[in-house]
Order: sequence, then structure tokens, then C-alpha cells
Amino acid sequence: MKDVIEGRVWTLGDDVDTDQIIGGKYLTIIDPNELKKHVFEIALPEFAKGALAGDIVVAGINFGSGSSREHAPQALRAIGVGAVVADSFARIFFRNAINLGLPTIEAPGVRKLFETGDTARIEMRAGKVANARTGAAVTFPPLPHHLLELLEVGGLVEKVRKELEARAGKATA
Amino acid sequence: MSGNGGHGATLAEKVLSRASGLDTVVPGQIVEGRVDLAMMHEQGAQTVGPFHDMGATEVWDPERVVIAIDHWVPASTEGAAVLHRILRKFAAEQHLPHFYDVGNHGICHQILAEHGWVVPGDLAVGTDSHTNMLGAMGAVAAGIGPTEMAAVLALGRLWLKVPPTIRVNVHGELGPGVTAKDLVLRLLGEVKTTGATYKSVEYGGPTIDALSMPQRFTICNMTTEMGAKCGMVAPDQTTYDYLAKIAKHPMHPLQPDKDARYERTIDIDVNGMDPMIACPYSPDNVRPLTEVVREHVKVDQAFLGSCTNARIEDMREGAALMRGHKVHAGVRFIVSPASTSIYNQCLQEGIIEVFTEAGAVFTNSSCSACFGGNMGILAPDEVCISSSNRNFPGRMGPKEARIYLVSPAAVVASAINGEISDPREFSS
Repeated sequence: MKDVIEGRVWTLGDDVDTDQIIGGKYLTIIDPNELKKHVFEIALPEFAKGALAGDIVVAGINFGSGSSREHAPQALRAIGVGAVVADSFARIFFRNAINLGLPTIEAPGVRKLFETGDTARIEMRAGKVANARTGAAVTFPPLPHHLLELLEVGGLVEKVRKELEARAGKATA
Repeated sequence: MSGNGGHGATLAEKVLSRASGLDTVVPGQIVEGRVDLAMMHEQGAQTVGPFHDMGATEVWDPERVVIAIDHWVPASTEGAAVLHRILRKFAAEQHLPHFYDVGNHGICHQILAEHGWVVPGDLAVGTDSHTNMLGAMGAVAAGIGPTEMAAVLALGRLWLKVPPTIRVNVHGELGPGVTAKDLVLRLLGEVKTTGATYKSVEYGGPTIDALSMPQRFTICNMTTEMGAKCGMVAPDQTTYDYLAKIAKHPMHPLQPDKDARYERTIDIDVNGMDPMIACPYSPDNVRPLTEVVREHVKVDQAFLGSCTNARIEDMREGAALMRGHKVHAGVRFIVSPASTSIYNQCLQEGIIEVFTEAGAVFTNSSCSACFGGNMGILAPDEVCISSSNRNFPGRMGPKEARIYLVSPAAVVASAINGEISDPREFSS
């Protein structure tokens, strides 16, 4: 995880639930590269074709509410989205995204600062999101240490892998 | 009672103290919780990859893992068949004995409930957001994603932030035709879909005390729609009686302290309360049913099913209303029991016949029409009246389709009349 994340912004409204991120009809798809073709099909249809690696999603309140489907952050990660920033998140989406190593930042007041096409600059440890075009910025409480650590190693798979390796090392030592 | 800065602990704090082996915990604290029960449905297929990528070789405790497929049962697409196949293979490799496969299947949460997989004091996690339903056992039961489940299967624990608790005290008596579903809808109208985000909702008071376990399941189930981490009811004699013959592991009954600190307390008096309805496109867009009845909203599909309201009590209540009536011409009425054992009970009690003779479709147990990925999909300009839990845009297929959430009785009344109706109309 980079300490400063910069990218082109796509904006979304409030209450974008997981049905609007990835519809129920796509839940049998396992391949993230297939999933990404359908991301935001309901909420922002132009996103799947137009989004590029490094782009940043800026949403309103309660982003990712609804189901526990990890397909939602998986699809965003497959596109290469640099970060998801929202006024607030639903809890399972937040956990899923962090577990996949996708920087997920809750910054109340952020949505109204951006329009699609703006450039966002996020300082993860300082806790600041700024709009490069307007100069407007909001601060946020930086992620707790253990979550930053999780992003740092690239997500939960890597973290557990290290833990299991360390355990095995101890066992053989 | 305890040392939480001079005040007692809420039920969620008690359970998370136990799970983390700490004397006390406080909201905001991050703890490592030992998992008592891990449940997977089809989404568990996505757990297998990360589990191997982590370098894990063995599930921490096969006796604590339940797999219950429910979204596409039997498989309706090749994709679903592949998910089922992955799970069966994983279960065989890892010697996971508790796999509820086709023929012995049911909605995962109902399987956990009716087989006593979650008991008071447990920390339970599942790869479905409505895992909250099991909080009715006096447990912390929360939904997680498949990568996180892979870590749970490998380690038997996960990190949790101790949630602040909203206490809901319910007083009064639910009138005829007014159900636990109406109560939770009313509460959703007040708390809204973000009002309990990251929080625990602890239900109590004389009305909750008087509810059966199935009714408590309905309430805890829809706590998910408030954004909550968990919805809970402290265990009492009703809980112990329900679990008496079925509990799969020892109980650790915990009660909230009298001097527990709540972030917010909500008091609800249900005396004189009307049935409620959640209108499109959010479960918190709640109005009294009588208001919507006056608007004569025509329905194309009626759905009695889902983990929220498809237990035998819901089926009996629906059948009692259905008996002697026909499904309105032009309405497709889908009835899907929450588990195969409920299906069998419906068969024995003649409930299936009541519905099918009236013109309904009685399906095998599954999530059915609830999630828009298997059956009972709507056309864009259609309306569905449903006993399920969500009515977001696109929930049953196209984003324009309109879903109204009500009690099972109101679903049946609407199926009979062909428009959104009040079940009390049929009570005489």
C-alpha cells in the first residue's frame, strides 16, 4: 500500500448496496476478470468500460450495504481501483475490501467535494483526502494500526500465510 | 458488575469477552475472537482458493463447520453446479461431516437454527449477511466474506471491533394480524438502514420476552438491514426449551448487566400498532400497511419465503388464510419453505395442498425469489409483495421492478386480492 494514493475520480451517490455493485445474477461467477465487466451495472453503467487501473471511487453514505458478497470488492480490485473513499461504509463491504488489500477509507463529508473526472489525493497515514482541481479537502481518522498493517502486506491471505509460516518455522525450530 | 470503567457490560460485550478470553471489553476495542461456529453457503466456494493460498492445510475444527447450500438448489446454472462441486470436494478433502446437501438442504440460517448449531454465548460467523438471525440465541452472529472465512477455517478466530450497543425495549401486545415482522419493519423505519452500522442491537422488554424463537429469528434477521454487526436477544426459558434436544455444543448463557452502558435506548410500545410495509426501494421506507392498501397497488408476484419468514409457523399462518380462497388471476404466488424439514412438515400437515389447490407454486426449499439470481425474477415494470428482507433496486432482477416487504399473512392476503392488502380483512 502506498502512503499517498492519487487517481481519477468516479462519483456515486448514497446507499449504493451490493445489488447495485454486482447483481445477484452474477454471483456464480468466480473469475474476477469476468466479474469486473458487470461492476456498477445498475449504479453507474459507464464505469465497467471506462474505469482504468488506479482510478478512485468516491461515494456517499452506506456504500456496500446489503449482502456479504465479496464479488463487489473483488470486481473493483480486478479493475485495479486504487481506493474506495466514502462518507461511510456498510460493515461487511469494509471488511471484505480491506481483507482483499483494497484501500477503503471512511471520510465523512468527502462525497460533496468531488465530481467524476476530478483527481483525488489521499494521504493514508496523515488522514487527508484532497481534490487536486479545487483544493478542497477533508480529514479522516487514519485506519487503525492493524488494518494499515493488513493493507501493507497486501491483504488477509498474505497476513495469514506469514502467520502460518512463522508457526511452522517455530514448530521445526 | 464488571470493570468497564465502573459500569456493566451489554450482551455483545459479554459474548465478545468470552470469545476473546478477556475479563472485560469496551466498544471500539479490537479483539481476537475464538469462533464457535463457522457456516458457509455457496459463497464458501470462494473460500477454498484463499484457504490454499494462505498455505493452510487443515480446517481448525471440522466439528465447528457447517456447509449449507441454499441459493441455487438444485443447481440451476452451470456456474452454480461448479460452486456446489467445489464445496463438495473441499468437504471431502477436509473431512467436514456437516454438509447439508441437496435433499437434506435448507436456507443456511434456518439449518443452523433447527439443528442447534448456534447456542447462547457463541461467536458464530457465516458467509451471508443474514447470519445475524442466530443472534436470537443470545450469541454474536455476524456475516463475513469468503476470504475472511478462509482465515477463520485456518485459524479458528478473527479480529472484531467491539461494537457499541443500541438497546431496544419493546412493550405492549401485538394485535391480531400484527407480527414480529411488522415490529422489525417499524423499527427499521425509525433506525433506518445506517442507524446501527457497526453496532449491536440488543432486543428486550416484555414483548420480546413473550415472542417465540421463530419470531425472534425474524427480528434478529432483519437487524442486518439496519447495518448492524449483530442483533441479539438474551437467552431465557424460551431459548433453552428450543435448544433442549438439539444443541450441538455446550451453552454459555450470558445476560447483559443491569448497569450496562448503551449508546442509545429505543422504547417501542406496540399496543394499537398497525401492520407495516416497506415500500420500494429500501427496507427503511416503511409506512403503515393501511395507507398503502388505500392506494390499490396491483401485484404481479407474491412471495412467501426467505430466511426472514418461511418457517413452519409462517407456513401455517399463510395456509390458514389461504384455505377457501384462490390466488387472484394474474398473480404468480411462490411459496418456498426455509428448509427441507419444514417442507416435509408442510406435506404432513396438508399445507402444500392448500397452497397448490389455491393456484400457488410450492417450491423446494431455497432462497428462491428473494435474491434475483435463481427463480421468481421480475420484469422491469412488475410489482412483488414479499415476506423477504430486501427491496433494493435490482434485488429481484431489473432495477425498476418494485418490491414491497410485509408479513407472511399480508403476502397471502395480497395474493388473494391481487393488490396489496391487509390480512385483518380476512380475520372474520
